[in-house]
Amino acid sequence: MTARSTGFIALTLGAALAGACAGSARAGDKTIIIGMQCDRTGPTQVVGTSLCPGTHDYIDLINSQGGVDGWKIDVPEVDTAYQVPPAIEEYEHAKQEGAVGVMIYGTPQTEALNQRLEQDKMPGTSPGFGIAASGDGHYYPYLFPIAANYWSQGAAAVKFAKDQLGGSLKGKKIAYIFYDNPAGHEPLPVIEDLAKIEGFQLQTFAVPPPGVDVSSQVLAIAQQYRPDFVIDHTFGKSPALVIKGLKQNGYPLTHVVALVWASGEADIMGAGGWSVAQGYNTMQFAGAGENYPVINEIKAMYKKEGKAPPAGMQSTVYYNRGVQQGALWVAALKNALTLTHGQKPTPTDVKKGFEMIHDFTLGGLNASLTITPNDHEGGGWVRIFQVKGDGFVPETQWFRAYRNLVVAREQKTAEQMAAKAN
Amino acid sequence: MFHSETGVFKTSYAADMALFPLPVARWAIAGLAALFVGVVPLMFTPYLMTLLNLVLIAVVGAIGLGILTGYTGQISIGHGGFMSVGAYTAANLIVRLGLPFWLAIPAGGLMAALIGIVVGIPSLRIKGIYLAVATLASQFIIEWTINHVTWISGGIEASIQVPPPSVFGWKLQSPVQLYFFLLFFAVLAIVATLNLMRSRIGRAFIAIRDQDIAAEIIGIDIFRYKLYAFAISSFYAGVTGVLYTYYLGIANYEQFGIDVSINYLAMIIIGGLGSVLGAVLGAAFITILPEATRLFLTDFGGALFSPDTIRRLVPNLTLILFGGLIIFFLIVEPEGLNRLWRNIRNYFRFWPFSY
Repeated sequence: MTARSTGFIALTLGAALAGACAGSARAGDKTIIIGMQCDRTGPTQVVGTSLCPGTHDYIDLINSQGGVDGWKIDVPEVDTAYQVPPAIEEYEHAKQEGAVGVMIYGTPQTEALNQRLEQDKMPGTSPGFGIAASGDGHYYPYLFPIAANYWSQGAAAVKFAKDQLGGSLKGKKIAYIFYDNPAGHEPLPVIEDLAKIEGFQLQTFAVPPPGVDVSSQVLAIAQQYRPDFVIDHTFGKSPALVIKGLKQNGYPLTHVVALVWASGEADIMGAGGWSVAQGYNTMQFAGAGENYPVINEIKAMYKKEGKAPPAGMQSTVYYNRGVQQGALWVAALKNALTLTHGQKPTPTDVKKGFEMIHDFTLGGLNASLTITPNDHEGGGWVRIFQVKGDGFVPETQWFRAYRNLVVAREQKTAEQMAAKAN
Repeated sequence: MFHSETGVFKTSYAADMALFPLPVARWAIAGLAALFVGVVPLMFTPYLMTLLNLVLIAVVGAIGLGILTGYTGQISIGHGGFMSVGAYTAANLIVRLGLPFWLAIPAGGLMAALIGIVVGIPSLRIKGIYLAVATLASQFIIEWTINHVTWISGGIEASIQVPPPSVFGWKLQSPVQLYFFLLFFAVLAIVATLNLMRSRIGRAFIAIRDQDIAAEIIGIDIFRYKLYAFAISSFYAGVTGVLYTYYLGIANYEQFGIDVSINYLAMIIIGGLGSVLGAVLGAAFITILPEATRLFLTDFGGALFSPDTIRRLVPNLTLILFGGLIIFFLIVEPEGLNRLWRNIRNYFRFWPFSY
């Protein structure tokens, strides 16, 4: 390599270093910072590319209306590509910039950050993933799942199957097809407990990572086991393959219910479009579709600015979850600002703000959500949307199931974890 | 201080093999030590300390992979697996038996070394791409085992929480405290490897890399030394896994996936195969690159792009840079950052008589 090209590289490196050092020149006077972790690249990018714009759009909407009590919100985003080290870096960076909390994305990331959150007394959200036991706010004071966790989702899926099969599951057969990683295993203990209580037969079908081939599992379900109902808890590329495979093998999709991460538009498109997936039941913790006041407000904001709405908006399931995430943070900030009488809230204030969220519906985008110091999950509400025509149609009201069982398990596990950590 | 040679004058093997061939090297080491022990912890913010800590952890892993791939010429894309072996071994020992870090870290390393030996056995028969695939298989086998054997993985989401390491009753929790903890192991890894490579074993490794048949003919037991390389390299990987576990407070195998194995390979390729300094530079470069790209674009990209574009651009640009740099180094400077540094150093070593 010549001296000249060496010089060029040195220059590039210098520029990069300068960038690394100049990071902390943000934060105006009346700005509240919330760290945000996304994955627009990596294995679950199909979620991040729609969810993150949703959150940003909602925050932009609030800022365009003057912010929260005059405070503007800044949400510096970092792409973690579903890896843990960038999540730690971004967390420390956000903390240094004076963030009042952090939106986490990913189960391992949530677990890795949990101790730091407690140590720094910094609230973090993990909607729909993360540590199921963290719904128990007593043992996980700074972690807020703010949406139905995997146990609530599993319980709701069983309840839905029960209702669809005429009110009793006695002697019925249920297949559980899942992505073979820790998050995929997570709902299993609850479903196994319910199998005993409700008296149904349960068989599990694991899809090994990276989940790009489900043909043998689908064949085993549709041709051999022939269950009365299928619970689908796969991620990434697999849900589309499950839909397509079950359809090809003649299994009725109306007897399939997907948990929240197998329920996006991308999964339907990957399976071959709406016409293929007719009848497929999807579980949501934020409403699907575009027909919500807040979505119209965001559209109006873009129209006023003369810009086209972002492409991510078409993927309503994940986009709406992003909006919901942003809205819950804004609600928590609003509560925190009433506590501080308009002074800049501390992370602890924001934690208290979350725990004051009461009957929060966001114009029907989510269930009436109430977060308390004990219940950080917000009740564990979900709603089933069925694929009908060219979109998702609500099949049930917002509901939750076997709540006592889920809460008891949360508490028991949290106690065990706490005992182990000390 | 500023003395320059006019040539290479070495009259003994000892002088040729000295760790510090010039007095200036001693001064430089003293200066670096003062910088990293005295100045850096005072000057750096907690965020920069965090970045530096991740670099230090990566240094240990990259040096370990460098011993196997750079020095012995055996490719491995299963190093993430060895890291999780170390992480779970240590986490179980810490939580179940309450072992202190100075036992847990070598224990994690030794278990990883043991697994590494088993994985290394096929290396006698297979080479190159075939060995790569065999190590890849070990990665998946280890992941599967940890995921499915709850006795290892601890049950809940396959993750085990561990308390922070404590030294003389002091709990190491803040970034600065952890920095000194990690710095100790990074320096230990660097010094140990530099000395290992000056020893009989190190020379055997290099002989095997350069031409294994020739090495066998001059009397090196190839099988044994290849297994040594696998064992030592996986020991480093295991220690890296334990350091990660202590650093994050949690052992979780999903942090040590195939992408991590590839990342470490990228570190030693960009840094320069077959050199300790290269592994250190590569580890620093790959760890800092995504953060530097992001901060650079968010601070200076505003003039060119809208915030939404930057958000979409940054993660993908990092990937493009990552891939582009690997290709760039492979073609233009296969000996990596280490060679660039040597070019600069040698220029000044004989300055002003540069020829």
